[in-house]
Amino acid sequence: MVEIWHGLTRAVQLIVTLDPEVMAIAGLSLRIAISSTLLAAVICLPLSSLIHFQNFRGKRSLISLIQTFYSIPTVTVGLLVFVLFSRSGPLGGLNLLFTPTVMVIGQIILVTPILLGLTISALSGVDRTITDTARSLGASGWQAAWVVLREARFAVMAAVILGFGRAISEVGLAIMVGGNIRGFTRVITTAISLETSKGDWELSMALGIILIIIALVINIALNRIQQR
Amino acid sequence: MSFSSKPFMKNRLASVLALAAVVGLMAGMVGCASSAASPLPPTPRLRVATTTSLYDTGLWGYLEPMFEKKYKVEVDILSLGSGAAFEYAKRGDVDVLTIHDKPNELKFVSDNYGVERVPFAYNYFLIVGPGSDPAGIKGMDPEAAFKKLMGTGKGAFVSRGDNSGTHSKERTIWKNAGFDYEAVRKAGAWYVESGQGMGQTLQMASEKQAYTLTDMGTYVSYKSKLELVPLVDKGSILLNVYSVIAVNPQKVTVVKNLQMANNMISFLTSPDIQQLIGKYGVKDYGLQLFTPCAGSEPG
Repeated sequence: MVEIWHGLTRAVQLIVTLDPEVMAIAGLSLRIAISSTLLAAVICLPLSSLIHFQNFRGKRSLISLIQTFYSIPTVTVGLLVFVLFSRSGPLGGLNLLFTPTVMVIGQIILVTPILLGLTISALSGVDRTITDTARSLGASGWQAAWVVLREARFAVMAAVILGFGRAISEVGLAIMVGGNIRGFTRVITTAISLETSKGDWELSMALGIILIIIALVINIALNRIQQR
Repeated sequence: MSFSSKPFMKNRLASVLALAAVVGLMAGMVGCASSAASPLPPTPRLRVATTTSLYDTGLWGYLEPMFEKKYKVEVDILSLGSGAAFEYAKRGDVDVLTIHDKPNELKFVSDNYGVERVPFAYNYFLIVGPGSDPAGIKGMDPEAAFKKLMGTGKGAFVSRGDNSGTHSKERTIWKNAGFDYEAVRKAGAWYVESGQGMGQTLQMASEKQAYTLTDMGTYVSYKSKLELVPLVDKGSILLNVYSVIAVNPQKVTVVKNLQMANNMISFLTSPDIQQLIGKYGVKDYGLQLFTPCAGSEPG
């Protein structure tokens, strides 16, 4: 148990001294998770509106399928992306394996089902009369969708926060497609995994605490945005 | 702020989304951007898959900057079990291997995946265990010790179970001791497969007060965190040779870095670096972790 206390003091020490290696690792974690969450949001918000407002055959099954992928293991996404981007794989020519870029791509795939599914349920929670009113006032389909999306913004933001949480905390994908390369693709979670295997539990604990602090700052910022 | 009009709200939300998209895209490029920041062509990269023991002891962290400086190249080191390292190499995802699994290395080269097997350092495997030594194997031959473990059923054994070089060595010892490995795996609850790296396996063995087979380098660098002592350290089978192998572009056509891979081999076998490998860790641990053996098979 003493490791937790030591980890806490070590975390404070690393933050106060702005330890360059830890700062670089934390910065990369943050950049990758933010990029993948935002890119996924840009894809998913219009797409989920489309799915929500259109009526088509198999809509319920599609939504069930999306929800099923909430449970996809991070290493399975990692394996898929690995095989795609491996030099012998179909996208090997891009030479992206073991780069931060491919980690972003993988995390977009990981976060997309959560954002899609939760945004669709957020939209379903909005009173139908709002859509009808917007339409009767002459709003186009997309304008009406925008109104509803805005009405559901708290729930949508919750989905984005959850997506970000999944992206920054996952380790299976990051270690598989990133390779945990020092100074290049090492992020907080893969560093924790390595330091734990090396037996430096204090540093592992400290890194975990730093990740939580980052998440706290991001959540405060997002709460500010949504309360305006 | 409270009287912001609706259209303004709408614009702001739209611009937040647009901004988000732009920031996201820019941040997504971070990997390319960081290497393309200089006006010069990006630094070439060499990918090395290494066995965990050369990484966890810190040897690679020590040698990497020297190689990068000398050859103006970025070295990406992936720390893996030897089994995984071979797979990465066959797919062309790494250019060089530094590993310790002789039978599989020879096969890798004879199948033309590797150009040549070049030994560059060695040490020995050890069987470590609790000081109380419940099975009484201290000072025995490795084969006899394994027979005794099986016979007495006293004391647990933690195996890597991950197709690493160490796991491969363990299976060879079981075979030479006259056991079928599949039977060993089913022998009972005393035989545990960790499926993890050497460091974690040592920690698990320490927690469970069990025996395990370890390379000397990892054991020595973890020793202070473990309640395990060396029990078996004699026997020619315990020799642990580290080799470097360049992936063969004639077979694995997607690999394009043979020249730099050859530089890596010359580097590791050069007299200066051989001397540094021999001295590595002596100051911190009080004994030699690796014995250099440039290009020739020891023993």
